[in-house]
Amino acid sequence: MLMRDSIGDDVLLDVRDLETHFYGEESVTRALGGISFQVKKGETVGVVGESGCGKSVTALSILRLLPKLNAKTVGGEVRFQGRDLLQLSDREMRQIRGDQIAMIFQDPMTSLNPVYTVGRQIAEAVQIHTNASRSDAMAKAKEMLRLVRMADPERRVNSYPHEMSGGMRQRAMIAMALACSPELLIADEPTTALDVTIQAQILRLIVDLKERTGTAVMLITHDLGVVAETCQRVIVMYAGRIVEQATVTDLFARPAHPYTQGLMRSVPDRRRGRQRRLPEIPGIVPSLREPIVGCSFAPRCPFATGICSEQTPILHDVEPGHAAACWRAEEVVGA
Amino acid sequence: MAAYVLRRLISAIAVMAMVGIFVFLLLRLAAGDPAAVIGGDTATEEMIAGIREQLGLNDPLPVQFVRWALSVLGGDLGTSIFARQPVLELILQRLEPTISLSILTITLSVTVGVSFGILAAWRTGGLADRMLTAFATLGFSVPVFVVGFFMIYWFAIRTGLLPVQGYRPIEHSLKPWLVHLILPTVTLSVPYIAYIARIARASVLEVLSEDYMRTAAAKGASSYSMLFHHALKNAGAPILTVIGLSFAGLISGVVITETVFNIPGVGRLVVDAVNNRDYPVIQGVLLLGSGLYVLINLVVDLSYTLVDPRIRY
Repeated sequence: MLMRDSIGDDVLLDVRDLETHFYGEESVTRALGGISFQVKKGETVGVVGESGCGKSVTALSILRLLPKLNAKTVGGEVRFQGRDLLQLSDREMRQIRGDQIAMIFQDPMTSLNPVYTVGRQIAEAVQIHTNASRSDAMAKAKEMLRLVRMADPERRVNSYPHEMSGGMRQRAMIAMALACSPELLIADEPTTALDVTIQAQILRLIVDLKERTGTAVMLITHDLGVVAETCQRVIVMYAGRIVEQATVTDLFARPAHPYTQGLMRSVPDRRRGRQRRLPEIPGIVPSLREPIVGCSFAPRCPFATGICSEQTPILHDVEPGHAAACWRAEEVVGA
Repeated sequence: MAAYVLRRLISAIAVMAMVGIFVFLLLRLAAGDPAAVIGGDTATEEMIAGIREQLGLNDPLPVQFVRWALSVLGGDLGTSIFARQPVLELILQRLEPTISLSILTITLSVTVGVSFGILAAWRTGGLADRMLTAFATLGFSVPVFVVGFFMIYWFAIRTGLLPVQGYRPIEHSLKPWLVHLILPTVTLSVPYIAYIARIARASVLEVLSEDYMRTAAAKGASSYSMLFHHALKNAGAPILTVIGLSFAGLISGVVITETVFNIPGVGRLVVDAVNNRDYPVIQGVLLLGSGLYVLINLVVDLSYTLVDPRIRY
């Protein structure tokens, strides 16, 4: 399959108009309302937004890991190295999962199979994608555990998940994900379920390994602080759409969407002192069961005007490399 | 682990002691006088009284029990009133057909039941799932002897594919042994397949929604590996339990199946013994059956550690 149009050789993942629906008893939830973004080779992209905004659904849609019973990607393309993943056969897709695109999940306590040793689970990834023998794969597993700085890898390779702490398990997950040197690592809230001190360690580890292996990382988080520390670019999602996209520096310096501004204000900041109550964004996230007319953020937006509740704003550049989906983005930037 | 096994063994002994008392009392208190049975139709009052004396039936019950228990512990299950042979010898002679039938039934039920259950769970609402629901309803509600006669009628009498009844010892030749056991095995397996498949379906279904199944998929694991490697071992404990219970409960099914298919096994032995009021034989079979039940339960409990490393005794 040839690349349809040249988008530059350094683009690894090119998602276009991705649309995913969940099917309930009588209703359809439009979890992703057509999102487009790119991840370049070796880049770290943060995906932020509050719970239910479609961050995880994006990741699962890319890897086609959505629950088959009630979810379906109904439109768009997921071009990975020029191939549309949504058009691949199940078999071709399996060859990509774990080998070229790997994923780590939020809860390391439940994401490892309790009845197999971590060594065996890492080795499994190696054996699926290479012709390595069982013993070679186990040697690789040990090497990966050393790479993720697991204490005592010789022993841990034969440990069961229940014999390890959360941080150790997440290290094992990372070792598993990176075992086949993927081009892209999708990390879905990898630190959310961990203690604060361990969170920092795991983040540092991901950044470090990324630097060493050149793997691109798509880091899903609801924590803007994490994004600021680890990412080059940020995608802000709200109600199943991308509302802003920019480099980390631009986003933090000049947020162009009212939602992004709201998010930033609700991050605790030492400099602002302890006395003040943390500002919150008023209102609630709209239901995705009914079609949304206009901007989905309009009901909560301090900038909203007439057009906002009538027409859906298009993601457009407010400056080079900085896009926002807001009718009044240009005014918002200065505010 | 050793301490656990010891504890379980002690409780097993206690259970067997209770079974012993029960078995002993059940038959002593049941209607019918064994001495009269042994004496036969032509026996006089004196002859029967003599037999009673000889068997110790005139002693107080506790004395009879202790005497009986001691001889059982010494490996002597008594002598059959009818066959006039030691009960243990009688049972051992009849063991081969019963063990053959049981092992074949368990093998068939477990392989078919577990695979069927996994398939049904993999595609809930799919063809396999709906077939399982229908099959399970039938398998549970139609008695073994009905299935048995249906099988005989269809596969033996109508088509002549398989022998109607009987048993051929395995030591003579393998093929006739197997051919004669096909119908009884399938017949006896029907309810067990239904039972095991339902439990396997439920436990696999629960496991399939676990996070680690998604991890396995994200690794690129195939559906086969996900089902039989990742899901099955996690769903193993409940499946093992029903397999153990099925095996232990097989004895009642065996009795009926052996009767329907005229197989000279322990099941037939016990039916004949009941008909003849052959007390020592009934007691012997009951005791051995209960012992087997207790033993299988112990083995199942210990085997949990094999499927789930989190279980430690």
